[in-house]
Amino acid sequence: MKNYLQLWLPRIVLAPSFFLILVFVYGFIIYTGYLSLTDSRMLPTYEFMGWSNYPKLFGLRHWKIAVNNLAIFGILYILICTIIGLLLAILLDQKIRAEGFLRPIFLYPMALSFIVTGTAWKWFLDPGIGLESIMHQWGWESFHFDWIKNRTFAIYTVVMAAVWQSSGFVMAMFLAGLRGIDGEIMKAAQIDGASGFRIYRRIIIPMLRPAFLSAFVILAHLAIKAYDLVIALTNGGPGRATELPATFMYSYTFERNQMGLGATSAIIMLIMIFSIIIPYLYSELRSEKES
Amino acid sequence: MVNKYLVKSLAASLVLSFSASQAFADDVEVLHWWTSGGEAAAVGVLKDDLAGKGVGWKDMPIAGGGGDAAMTTLKARVTAGNAPTAVQMLGFDIQDWAAQGALANLNDVAAAEGWDAVVPSALQAFSKHGGNWVAAPVNVHSTNWVWISKSALDAAGGNAPTTWEELVSVLDAMKANGITPLAHGGQAWQEATMFDGVALSLGNGFYKSALIDLNEDALGGALMVEAFNRMGVLRSYVDDNFSGRDWNLASAMVISGDAGMQMMGDWAKGEFLKAGQKPGSDFVCIRFPGTQGAVTFNSDQFAMFSGSGSSAAQEAMASSVMNPVFQSAFNVVKGSVPARTDVPDMMFDGCGKKGMADLAAANAAGSLFGSMAHGHTVPAGIKNAMYDVITAHFNGEFSAEEAAAEMVSAVAAAK
Repeated sequence: MKNYLQLWLPRIVLAPSFFLILVFVYGFIIYTGYLSLTDSRMLPTYEFMGWSNYPKLFGLRHWKIAVNNLAIFGILYILICTIIGLLLAILLDQKIRAEGFLRPIFLYPMALSFIVTGTAWKWFLDPGIGLESIMHQWGWESFHFDWIKNRTFAIYTVVMAAVWQSSGFVMAMFLAGLRGIDGEIMKAAQIDGASGFRIYRRIIIPMLRPAFLSAFVILAHLAIKAYDLVIALTNGGPGRATELPATFMYSYTFERNQMGLGATSAIIMLIMIFSIIIPYLYSELRSEKES
Repeated sequence: MVNKYLVKSLAASLVLSFSASQAFADDVEVLHWWTSGGEAAAVGVLKDDLAGKGVGWKDMPIAGGGGDAAMTTLKARVTAGNAPTAVQMLGFDIQDWAAQGALANLNDVAAAEGWDAVVPSALQAFSKHGGNWVAAPVNVHSTNWVWISKSALDAAGGNAPTTWEELVSVLDAMKANGITPLAHGGQAWQEATMFDGVALSLGNGFYKSALIDLNEDALGGALMVEAFNRMGVLRSYVDDNFSGRDWNLASAMVISGDAGMQMMGDWAKGEFLKAGQKPGSDFVCIRFPGTQGAVTFNSDQFAMFSGSGSSAAQEAMASSVMNPVFQSAFNVVKGSVPARTDVPDMMFDGCGKKGMADLAAANAAGSLFGSMAHGHTVPAGIKNAMYDVITAHFNGEFSAEEAAAEMVSAVAAAK
């Protein structure tokens, strides 16, 4: 009896969530995939049309802008977050005073939703009421900072707000990694006469490889699904200069009555995410096997 | 004995409460986005009228100016098989839903009340599908208006412009006086609203063939290049901090005298009135210079979903919507004009009277067109493709020639 229970209890407990995920995640992925092969407009239609939505999507100027913006945003966001996060973590790891006070200060932006971050940065960057106008009031008349109103630079303001929000979180991941490194290794290197910089470059940072990988995967999927930040910060403007694939997907599916194209763009985003997650899972599983 | 009395009175109260709920058994659930103060008050007028007919009102407001959020909710509810009884709708949305076979036929009440004779035919094109009435129009907004601050106009010479050249010289004079000549908010729909007026000022024929018939020669032709050139000229009179600004903040700039004028639909009038300004003495309303005699409109309508709620209640609601008393009361508050041409104009202010007279004249002259910016010339997909080009050009991404060429390819891609 006991054995029987031991065998079945985990399965029974897991079954509902397994079933829900199967339907509401994987089921709807398949549904979206099918919609991308139909000519759905306002409401879903189920008449199979073939692959023609895909070349049509990549012919759209609007989609090219969105993908281009994602490339700029994604690369800068991941790179800058990682660098700032790593630097902060290394500095906080120097056994400084009041670390317990400083750490949450850097981490708390992560507790805000992107909507709050976006709105706050929208006001802060607005030349009429934000930084520029404050500087003018303080007497620095020639100060000029209107990136959020400039179609070439607006995407970089999205990067700024996103980096501000996420680098503290990356810092926490690296800090955990640093705390996991055995202090004896550092002592041994110091006895061998290695400088502090050399210890970090040759020993510590290479040992943080798993933390780098996790940070990359988390930041990359945050970048691809970025929606709320852009909506709150610029609403895709000026013009359409800061559209991202996620905002494209929403507007084509729900506002422009082009559900087929919207579903197609959702599938492309899914493929992007898979192309990041699958190599990650693969390398994780392989290293598990090896150890 | 006491018991008997109790039973009797209980039974009596049961019967009473039953009949009371019976009177309101025909509820209408109404999905709309009239949530701001004045609009909500206007909806109250309709609610009271229906209560008088014994029809209960289940309110389902979804906030959000253009109704995008409401339309998204509607799709979700219809897909789930739980459509509301009546829904506020705009232009092509009505036709799209009617094409899905989702809307109830209102022919009986329309015939009984003679809607055909009093509703402008350009509006009927949206209220009818396949010759059948499927929606009851509440109001007509027109978009080719310019709202000018009286004091700024007086300082700039005092004459309201009637042609494009006069408009430019007034804007120049305002610029010389040190104010922002043109208050504008950098959102795609606002630029498109301005474009409505600019395109119409280049001729009714051009407007119709480019933005309604989607004739490729007109879409990419010399007049379209000229339209974009004019948009570029207007851009030069807008301050640099315009991007993302809401339309009512742009109106506030005109009200406070920081800016000279705003090109916006007649809902802007509400902002001026709320600030205590009087038409004629504090602000001036004119048609976009060069579009006198023509009107680009958008119209809020109520469509009924078939199979949700009783058709008697739906017909009662449609009839209340078309009631001239309601149309007058509602539109005085809303800033728009009645959707039927036989409503007396005595309750309206100067701009409202002018709007009603213009509507009737344009209807008679065949120069009443749907507004492209507000989804009354082409379906949402093509409208947004045009938005993309107009806003990209306004933000300096295209030259006028490139924009005209892009207009052709963007529209072709969205068809």
